[in-house]
Amino acid sequence: MQPSLFPAAVPQTFTVSKLTFQIRKLLEENEILQDVWVQGEISNLSRPASGHVYFTLKDTNASLKCVMWKTSAARLNLPLRDGMAVEVHGKIGVYEPAGQYQLYADQIRGVGEGALYQEFMRLKAMLEAEGLFDPDRKKNIPELPHKIGIVTSATGAALRDMLNTLRRRLPLVEVILAPSPVQGTEAPSALVKAINTLDDKQLDVIILARGGGSIEDLWAFNDERVVRTVADTMTPIICGVGHETDFTLCDFAADLRAPTPTAAAELATQITVLDLQAEVQTYKTRLASATVNLIAEQKASLASLTAQLRYLSPARLIQSERQRVDELSRRAFMSIAYRVNLQKNHFEGTQKRLEAVSPLAVLARGYAVVTRKADGGVVSRVAQASDVMKVRVSDGEFEVKK
Amino acid sequence: MPKASTKKTEKNVEDLSYEEALAELEQVVSALENEQSQLEDAIRLFERGQALAARCGVLLEAAELKVKQVVGEEVMAFEEESE
Repeated sequence: MQPSLFPAAVPQTFTVSKLTFQIRKLLEENEILQDVWVQGEISNLSRPASGHVYFTLKDTNASLKCVMWKTSAARLNLPLRDGMAVEVHGKIGVYEPAGQYQLYADQIRGVGEGALYQEFMRLKAMLEAEGLFDPDRKKNIPELPHKIGIVTSATGAALRDMLNTLRRRLPLVEVILAPSPVQGTEAPSALVKAINTLDDKQLDVIILARGGGSIEDLWAFNDERVVRTVADTMTPIICGVGHETDFTLCDFAADLRAPTPTAAAELATQITVLDLQAEVQTYKTRLASATVNLIAEQKASLASLTAQLRYLSPARLIQSERQRVDELSRRAFMSIAYRVNLQKNHFEGTQKRLEAVSPLAVLARGYAVVTRKADGGVVSRVAQASDVMKVRVSDGEFEVKK
Repeated sequence: MPKASTKKTEKNVEDLSYEEALAELEQVVSALENEQSQLEDAIRLFERGQALAARCGVLLEAAELKVKQVVGEEVMAFEEESE
């Protein structure tokens, strides 16, 4: 039977657009549908160049088209794969050109994460209330450790990264590794035992570390026993679990939280071998300049002593004595000369007086002295004359015969 | 007389750990800087200081990370996986 084109009671006719709009309005006004977690398995995963992510979420009986815009996709911290069981958060909307309702997703997490997250928050609140995370419980991390304990898996990349970092930054340290499984059911008790073992070893610092992983992988680090052990160690403890964005309760309980294992190794070695080398160099410089100064001081005091010695030297004394001698000798000479002069004058006077009374002066007046040649006797009377006599006159003598 | 006491306890530089050598180097430098030493003592201190600084340098250059592991109650050598 064909439906009549013109039935008696004519219902309203919609355009497709209008109807689709009505449907969309219906869905978008529903609060539950606008803030919903949906659990299912990923299929038909597609990531075109646009950066948006398209997939279908399905379970045994139904499927749901999903879109995740580029900005939300960039914040994903688990790699999506077809067949993966996930919980997707978002809002239901309608893609009008295809007449299709779909989930506009903004978060995706592994199945079970939701429950774990609840547990995480409960435990965090409880331990926080107990004061386990109080800042005044935190111990200082030594700047220059000698012994570093490491609790991590003996086989992971995290250990290798940390050892390489320590080797590069401060190869002087001794590392004591307490290997422990870092995930799985045995992990918590093994971690507790490893931490306690190292805590007894008189170490400067302990690093508790694990590479990145899903929240389930990191779960051992949210185990109450492990968190309490971390909070109670005597030794300062640095927690470097997962990646930058992962937080575990051990991070809150530890004395210092590092974003990664490598960063934990860096924070454990605040002073590096380069700093130490610079320190030694500084000492070398101070040593040299102190010695140079000291020698300069010694030289200066030697120079001043030499000057003093020169001042006190007998050479100076001799010099001045010599001067005195010179002076005395000059005075002696002058006084002698005066005396000689005096004597000379006196002598000349006397000589003149002598001359005045000299017989020679009589002779000069024409008198002569006659002496016998034989015996030199003066002839002053005739009887005294001899055959040959000498006659002395003023300028000489001659012989005469009687 | 701190000089006499350092002399008495002076160990062979080669036997000193990094920390010991550095601590003594620090002492030697401040002795040289602050005390009125005899020239002979000063030169001896300087030589000692140089030897200590050289020792520190060598230890820093040659240092190799020592890695041990706890196995049960024992601490033993740890063989790293080669890369």
